[in-house]
Amino acid sequence: MEEYSEKVMEHFKNPKNVGEIKDPSGRGKVGNPVCGDIMELYIKVENGTIVDAKFRTFGCGAAIATSSMLTEMAKGMTIEEAGKLSNQSIVDALGGLPKVKIHCSVLGVEALHKAIDDYNSKLS
Amino acid sequence: MRKVYLDSNATTQVHPEVVKAMIPFYEEIYGNPSSVHGFGREAKKHLEKARGQVAELINAASPDEIIFTSGGTESDNFAIKASAYALKGKGTHIITSSVEHHAVLNTCKYLEKTGFRVTYLGVDEYGRIDPGELKNSISGDTTLITIMSANNETGTIMPISEIGKIASEKGVVFHTDSVQSVGKVPFDVQKNGIHLASLSAHKIYGPKGVGALYIRKGTEILQWQQGGHHEQGKRAGTENVPGIAGFGKACELANSQGLKECAGIKKLRDRLHKGIETNVKQIRLNGHPEERLPNTANISFDYLEGESIILSLDLEGIATSTGSACTSGSLEPSHVLESMGIEPLFAQGSVRFSLSIYNTEEDIDYVIEKLPPIIDRLRKMSPVYPGD
Ligand code: FES
Repeated sequence: MEEYSEKVMEHFKNPKNVGEIKDPSGRGKVGNPVCGDIMELYIKVENGTIVDAKFRTFGCGAAIATSSMLTEMAKGMTIEEAGKLSNQSIVDALGGLPKVKIHCSVLGVEALHKAIDDYNSKLS
Repeated sequence: MRKVYLDSNATTQVHPEVVKAMIPFYEEIYGNPSSVHGFGREAKKHLEKARGQVAELINAASPDEIIFTSGGTESDNFAIKASAYALKGKGTHIITSSVEHHAVLNTCKYLEKTGFRVTYLGVDEYGRIDPGELKNSISGDTTLITIMSANNETGTIMPISEIGKIASEKGVVFHTDSVQSVGKVPFDVQKNGIHLASLSAHKIYGPKGVGALYIRKGTEILQWQQGGHHEQGKRAGTENVPGIAGFGKACELANSQGLKECAGIKKLRDRLHKGIETNVKQIRLNGHPEERLPNTANISFDYLEGESIILSLDLEGIATSTGSACTSGSLEPSHVLESMGIEPLFAQGSVRFSLSIYNTEEDIDYVIEKLPPIIDRLRKMSPVYPGD
């Protein structure tokens, strides 16, 4: 199999932001139609900025590393910035992903977008 | 760090005696067995010795019934295509099972595109076909049954002697992919009414790239590879003499000590299963509890995905494999576990432990020590884990 980058393994071994946020500002849960995996993402928003993000993932090494990296990157971003976060930027931050694993990063971004939608819908 | 290899259904470490048996064929006995001169005759002698060693292990009536190939996949392709085409005048219906190795399944799918009809028999919860259903599936134009002897993922053993009986009653050719069972459980082509059997060297401590097809005398089959007169005109190409000599040695070892060693392997396997059962909650064994290869335990860890488990085990030096969709390349879950009716969620968390003669009690205890915290850590990360 194609090897994972060091960065991916680092995040797989010691993932950041595992768990859930009580009373989150937004929550996104997505299932992956490709391989059947599931990702759950929570965000806490204060003054339009994501101050905390947490995840739970049922999935492969890439899915776990992506979730970890994604939550790290999202923290400190405004809702607007986070809404524009692309899966490619996460892949880049992870030092690349094997081709068959790109879809795992797409799932992560979808979870984030869903959490943002959830947050926005609560606002309105 | 300790290294524990528990992926022996994928491949095995070559036995030191096998390595020793192969070296002369690179250094001194390098002749082409088809040559007339002394170099060739010497190589030929060893080629035939190996043929005898393979024949003996599976109790073939004669060494001539062994045709050397490049391995299990080629043997499966050879057996199925060359006999299906040879029998095309009699019929175009083939029966197989839904849990075969891809070398068999994809060969059958290929034949479907070229005018053959294939029945894929389902399996029970343990992964065994129902011989009664097999019998009912045979029709006037059935020419070939191809069903594995034991499954590579779960180790479940198929009722091959019953299948052989049905095949001979109905006058249908019976091919079995016996790559996983030869050398691990007693395997007798004559007793079980087998016409064609695929074998592979590297699953039984032999080298990679060598295998054989057993072809019972009188079985109708086309020439497989065209070229010279090698292998009784059935499979052209200069024989891989070093590999074949190694394969022969591996068969001899399997014959003289293999089955005895398997009792020890089974003990270790059961120690592993028990150890996991005692230390990890919410697991399930995939495959038949008894009718199973002595070296294989396929265990699902509920609410987890397999790649994350085998990666974590790998970080501890432990090599295993999984039926998870995430590692399959096609991103589809194991067709074997799916056929057994195992829910995709639980198939995702399956890990195959397959042992060999090299494993020790210390290896097993090391795994039993390292595994529970891994499962614990990953379950804490899983959004579907309901808790204990
Ligand atoms: S989560 Fe299934 S391949 Fe990554």
